[in-house]
Amino acid sequence: MVEISDIRDVLKSLESLKGAVDGLSDDDDLFEKGLDSFGSVQLMLALEERFDIEFPDSALGRRSFSTIRIIRDTVAGLARQEAA
Amino acid sequence: MNVHVEVAAALPAAAAAAAGALDARAKRVAEEAARHADAVDRAGRFPAEAVAALKAERLLGIQVPRSLGGEGASMSEIAELCAILGRACSAAAMVFAMHHIKLASLVTHGLDSAWHCTLMERIASEQLLIASSTTEAGIGGDLRNSLCAVEAEGDTFRLTKEASVISYGAQADLILATARRHKEAATSDQVLVALLSDQITLERTSVWDTLGMRGTCSDGFLLKAEGLPLAQVLQKPFAEIAAQSMLAASHLLWGSVWFGIASYAVDRARAFVQGEARKKPGQVPPGALRLAEAANALQAMKSTVVAGLARYEAAKGDPDALSAIGFSIMLNNVKTTVSAQAVDIVQRALSVVGIAGYKNGTPFSLGRQLRDVLSAPLMISNDRILSNTANLLLVQKGSGKLLSA
Repeated sequence: MVEISDIRDVLKSLESLKGAVDGLSDDDDLFEKGLDSFGSVQLMLALEERFDIEFPDSALGRRSFSTIRIIRDTVAGLARQEAA
Repeated sequence: MNVHVEVAAALPAAAAAAAGALDARAKRVAEEAARHADAVDRAGRFPAEAVAALKAERLLGIQVPRSLGGEGASMSEIAELCAILGRACSAAAMVFAMHHIKLASLVTHGLDSAWHCTLMERIASEQLLIASSTTEAGIGGDLRNSLCAVEAEGDTFRLTKEASVISYGAQADLILATARRHKEAATSDQVLVALLSDQITLERTSVWDTLGMRGTCSDGFLLKAEGLPLAQVLQKPFAEIAAQSMLAASHLLWGSVWFGIASYAVDRARAFVQGEARKKPGQVPPGALRLAEAANALQAMKSTVVAGLARYEAAKGDPDALSAIGFSIMLNNVKTTVSAQAVDIVQRALSVVGIAGYKNGTPFSLGRQLRDVLSAPLMISNDRILSNTANLLLVQKGSGKLLSA
């Protein structure tokens, strides 16, 4: 089970969002809060490492990483597929 | 027959006069642009005659949807015109390309804003020339960050931008400027603001005196706007506009301009070699092999641009496809590849024609083209683009397929 708090932990490791994470709601647009394309790639790498998943190219769009809740849902979906 | 007459009569006079295939209209502009290209280059002045011809041929509004008075031209159609103009005058072609790159942002992202729809109608009917202001002092050429901010007061806003480069800023009728969404916004939380030339003040802070592309007049300005309606701020995140229309339009249309420059150079080299061959029948001129290499490189360059256009047309209208990492990598590669190829091809052509190309004022002069095309790897530095690609490659998986993404 992937929790929102797990995603927040990963976000805190990113330079571009460091410090801002505790002030974010689960549905805030991360790109509006300073996440840039470099940060989003670093975020994907951190998520892949933490949850032992691989994002397929189809999940690499901006939309998959726009909010904490969407990231949680994406990661949870991929983690289920890997387990199956 | 009667039907055609009635339709023609119903069109505004100027539109009727400019009716006809886009290519034919662009070729007429190119003839005018070519006549003044050397003077534009020498004086580093705006290609005013070419832009007047673009307006007369109604080519500044072609990308606007038909419902708003334009012609709904596709990116590929516009790319072809960029190449036609690139053969004649690089600066005029680049102005045309940059105008349509900005217009692509409006057409792709502005259709749900009433104010921007009215603006597009005006662009088509009045043939407004659009310039871009993204580069900023303290940020440089990093498109995706801004320091200046939209400062809202009630339903109006003010904006002050130290724009270290605005190509043809002094000649444009409209400037689309990036800025932070509000005073507290992160530097990457940007919006695109439409500013008509009579709504702003521009104080020139630097002059564009360069090796080539001299006619784009990319001077620096202090841009100030005050008391403008907030409706002029496009509310869509600029990050989406950049990813879904600007990146593609920039790389593909610039690439098409560079193709135009390179194909002109190869044509000059071919004419030169053919002239030599006629003088000495029975012998293959020494430059013929170099010409074959240049023609080979030109074909590879053309294939890269055309494949990029095809990928764009296939992804068009699908935000997920347009913002996919593989798509960004593909566009980045188009830019770094064709910008380097263009320089290489013009240099090869110059080596074929020799001193006749090095010298100004001969039928084979290629000095202006070489100086202009040298901007290609620098206009958004290839190193910056490669670093961006390197970052994206950390997560891309790739399909290994030949005929699809």
